[in-house]
Amino acid sequence: MSEELLKLQNIYKNFGNVKVLKDVNIKINKGEVVALIGDNGAGKSTLIKVITGVHKPSSGEVFFNGEEVVIKSVSQSRKMGIEAVYQERALCDQQELWRNIFAGREITNSFGFLDIKKQRKEAEKILRDYIGFTSKAITVDSIITGLSGGEKQGVAFGRSLYFDSDLIVLDEPTMGLSIQETEKVLNFVKGLKKKNKSAIFIDHNIIHVYGAADRFIILDRGEVVGEFNKDEISREELVQKMIQLHESGKIKVEA
Amino acid sequence: MSTFLNSYFVKTHRLEISITIIAIVLFLIYFLGAPHVFTRFPIYRAFMQSMPFFGIIAISATFVVTLGEIDLSFPSIVGITSLVFGLVLTATGGNFFIAFALASALGMFAGLINGLLVTKIGIPSIVATIGTLYFWRGLVNVISQGSGVAIVDVADGTWHHTLFVDKIFGKIPAQFIWFIVLTIIMQWIYRYHKFGNHIHFVGDNKASSQMMGINVDNVKIIAFVQLGFFSSLAGIFTMYEMLYFWPTQGSGLMLTTLAAVFVGGTSVFGGKGTIFGTFIGVLIIGSLESGIIALGLSGFYVQFINGIMITSAVTIYAIIQRKKT
Repeated sequence: MSEELLKLQNIYKNFGNVKVLKDVNIKINKGEVVALIGDNGAGKSTLIKVITGVHKPSSGEVFFNGEEVVIKSVSQSRKMGIEAVYQERALCDQQELWRNIFAGREITNSFGFLDIKKQRKEAEKILRDYIGFTSKAITVDSIITGLSGGEKQGVAFGRSLYFDSDLIVLDEPTMGLSIQETEKVLNFVKGLKKKNKSAIFIDHNIIHVYGAADRFIILDRGEVVGEFNKDEISREELVQKMIQLHESGKIKVEA
Repeated sequence: MSTFLNSYFVKTHRLEISITIIAIVLFLIYFLGAPHVFTRFPIYRAFMQSMPFFGIIAISATFVVTLGEIDLSFPSIVGITSLVFGLVLTATGGNFFIAFALASALGMFAGLINGLLVTKIGIPSIVATIGTLYFWRGLVNVISQGSGVAIVDVADGTWHHTLFVDKIFGKIPAQFIWFIVLTIIMQWIYRYHKFGNHIHFVGDNKASSQMMGINVDNVKIIAFVQLGFFSSLAGIFTMYEMLYFWPTQGSGLMLTTLAAVFVGGTSVFGGKGTIFGTFIGVLIIGSLESGIIALGLSGFYVQFINGIMITSAVTIYAIIQRKKT
């Protein structure tokens, strides 16, 4: 039995009268990759935003490394070891790379002034060592607007590797990418497992999800409606289940 | 020359370079068109005397504009804080510390209200600050009942008067030195402090900033609060210069101040801006009226030429921006 890293218990989230999450219970073990699947509006994004501290749950408990925690902010979840990769959506277009990589956790002196030299040096390291950019066209001073989709993604991944977190949350990691770039992303996810790190990711593309994940959690209208280990279900069966869910609003769970 | 034009510095400072060239050309026109005025010192002294009043606010407002927000209420914040400063200074027989503390605290409080209306209630800043613009000016009228406050007896010749507006070496107005010092400090914060960094991120993309762990609401609130503080500071400078409070004090500042920010090259869309540009913008907007009169044109041309300056400056920036993307 592997060790439990994150456990969500009876999580509810309401936005006004809209119940987005209803009694969600999920568990992620150390070294496990979990895929969250479900249609638009199923509550996937809200659920991962609860994990990363962007949203506070309306009720329910969160356990991390066996201890009950209340995640109040993004910076708190980062300190605990949860790192989100939101792709290019979490980069600011008009700012330089060295500023973007350290956004929200700047290296500063005690007066709050940025240690520019250090930030640039570390950003350079991330660029060359973690992301493997060799092109001279991209420097730490590059503005995000000038980067391609894959390059932006590389920056987001490099950032999460650099900060050495236990749980990496990936929001639509293959969206809008070329086949080659998608391959890189999936390899990255597989590489996490080897380092005994955990990951949770959302993706629309079941074919991508199936290759990289150990377990699948299916969300529908704010509820967990199905949960399968990879050895319990083939890719075709999983696709079948999703179609079934889409058509009937229900999943048949066979004993 | 061409290697200079392609250098990293030029590429990243196009806005600053354009605005500086515009300013140089403008002052050359003054100089050639009215040498009898512009080869002598008094006109520059007059500039140094008058520019800091709106210049300080323009520098501070650059932060709010970089957020993609706007504050229209600062002219009234100048009014109410000047009034409180004048009343407290007279009531205490010239106690600078109490008067300064109360006036600047009120300025920050007014900024806090703007910030809370925008972030917690969710009113667009242009609407919220039209409301507070009327509110604070209305309060000035109610309290002052339309009459002025003279502080000449308690302020003239005091050390604090010297500190704020005295002429250094008998020539240079102290407020101009303050203006430069504050510009340098604010430029530093804008570019190299965590707060300035967050201002850029929030103005660039609010949702992304939130996901990266930046407290968007706090950044906005602090931006409005510092603008409230600098508005009160501008009010206090004006009080020392004039030694008198009048109920419309500050109300003429709105357009000159915002024009300086936009002529300076700060983007109204947020995420990008320049304190140096605003400083040059202040020199341009602050010199236009006297410059035009000195050139021998009638005062009726002032607004017309102001309009040409602002429109052409923002057109140039829009073209530069388009080239980049």
